[in-house]
Amino acid sequence: MKHRLLFTGKKLIRMALLLLGVSLAAFLLMSASPLDPLQTNVGQAALGTMSQEQIAKLEDYWGVNTPPVERYLGWLGDFVRGDMGTSLLYRQPVSQVIGQRLQNSLWLMAFAWVISGVLGLTLGVLAGANRGRLVDKIIRGYCWIISSTPAFWLALLLLVIFSVWLGLFPIGLSVPIGADAASVTLADRLYHAFLPALTLSITGVANIAMHTREKMGDIMENDYVLFARARGESVRSIVLRHGLRNVALPAITLQFASISEIFGGSVLVEQVFSYPGLGQAAVNAGLGSDLPLLLGITVVSAAIVFGGNLIADLLYGVVDPKIRRGAARK
Amino acid sequence: MEPILQVQNLSISFTQYGRGARQVLLPVLRDLSLTIEPGQVVAVVGSSGSGKSLLAHGILNILPYNSHMAGEITFLGRPLTPKRAEQVRGREIVLVPQGVTYLDPLMKVGPQIRKGRRDQAARQVSRAVLERYGLGADTEECYPFELSGGMARRVLIATAAAETPRLVIADEPTPGLDARAAKRVLGHFRELADGGAGVLLITHDLELALSIAHRVAVFYAGETVEEADAADFTAGRLRHPYTKALWNALPQNGFVPILGAQPGPGEVGEGCPFAPRCPKGRPECLGPVPYREVDGGRVRCLYPEGGTA
Repeated sequence: MKHRLLFTGKKLIRMALLLLGVSLAAFLLMSASPLDPLQTNVGQAALGTMSQEQIAKLEDYWGVNTPPVERYLGWLGDFVRGDMGTSLLYRQPVSQVIGQRLQNSLWLMAFAWVISGVLGLTLGVLAGANRGRLVDKIIRGYCWIISSTPAFWLALLLLVIFSVWLGLFPIGLSVPIGADAASVTLADRLYHAFLPALTLSITGVANIAMHTREKMGDIMENDYVLFARARGESVRSIVLRHGLRNVALPAITLQFASISEIFGGSVLVEQVFSYPGLGQAAVNAGLGSDLPLLLGITVVSAAIVFGGNLIADLLYGVVDPKIRRGAARK
Repeated sequence: MEPILQVQNLSISFTQYGRGARQVLLPVLRDLSLTIEPGQVVAVVGSSGSGKSLLAHGILNILPYNSHMAGEITFLGRPLTPKRAEQVRGREIVLVPQGVTYLDPLMKVGPQIRKGRRDQAARQVSRAVLERYGLGADTEECYPFELSGGMARRVLIATAAAETPRLVIADEPTPGLDARAAKRVLGHFRELADGGAGVLLITHDLELALSIAHRVAVFYAGETVEEADAADFTAGRLRHPYTKALWNALPQNGFVPILGAQPGPGEVGEGCPFAPRCPKGRPECLGPVPYREVDGGRVRCLYPEGGTA
């Protein structure tokens, strides 16, 4: 137990350092951006009709004349104290914007994560256990096609087919247009989240299936599988008893590492579906020079991805007897 | 009595891709013959790369998919077809593999011995076989990485003893063990033979093989060059020059090395594979060499020792 605590403690320190690095990198990129916040957000025409005083006020609001170091340190100081600042675009506390957006995105990502995980594992195990056979060829073919398909293009395709031609699903957004916030049901939300989630799942499956296939193929060539065959175990029994057991460890790593991919994918997919999620907010913040919001989203998403990897590491200790028993003996 | 296993003219080859897309048939075992009687331990001795393990996999029909097997295998008087091999493997024919890597690293020993069965009878059997080999009931709860080399070997033998085998195939069961542990492990195989089963012991260690085997078949470059009684070795009644060289290479017999190296698969012509290294090699040794009876043993040599040409 002490070992586990020490392990977690070390990881948390590492996480703090990582978040610091990530926020700094995001800030530097933003500072180096050639976009002028006034021109992007106010517009050239509007700027021309304004007085110098008004422009100075706006420059002050967007922090144009504050030195970068001061801006970053100011943000960092507040962040450490638990204040993520106020979004310049939404004029709401960043924590509130992220909270709302995350809620929308979480539906989407959780759905995609579970579907791509379960489906990817199943297909990967099937292909790996039948390497070289027809099943494998079909699954591999599917995965290659999907891997070489950009997520946003697939999103457009699904949108065209299911929303425009067939009219089965809404064309965008997360709730019905013009509906009262109080009257929106869970069914409405799921209905709107379906296509974006499907896009993310389809693209996520390929990656997980191909990696699982590779691991499963290696397992099937192991000495203990040969011995299981020599002992008269059927292929079914070998896959279920030995294959799944041994593919579990790499599958855990894959599953939690895929969080970052789904996160990245959601940025594009949300854009296509005009889905008001975290990804879309990140794009807006980036293009609109909304520094507090962008840094907030960057740090929160990095923390979620890191958290996923941390969970995977901790689960390893529970699943792998070498770690579990090795640690217990110390 | 009916022999347990009879292998006649067994050949195993692999299909490989040669230059371009041309497929090449690479022979690894050629014209191999062997007989095991009930209660007998027959050792197959040969250096690494002589194709010994493939013999075991061939009998069990667990060769890789790109392999091809020809010849006849008879088990308990009936031909051992691929279908029958599937039925009897793990039951009447059991394999005792080399080491701990043949156990599932993430499964406890008990369930592995029981092959997934959970009933009371299976539990009793697994406990009994472990006890038979001096392993406590707590071994069942161990993962393979928690076993010592000797324990792992005994667990593997226990998987065999948990069945009611008529033929036990032991593939290199002793490497990595000290002399005493190795003797003890081999003793367990002798016990299985004394119980009426046939034991096929595959090893590179001639000395250890002679300590328990009744008969010894010597492998060279994928061929059996000689089958002899264990007693023939000490009595100096060896027939094939390679067997003799192997015997003389043992430390207590003079430690005499011979020049050259065993040819690899695909490097052997039609004639005797040992001819290039043989002190008595003659031009006609490069032609066909029959496998024939000499003096109660069998030999593949035109000019065997102690025989007439």
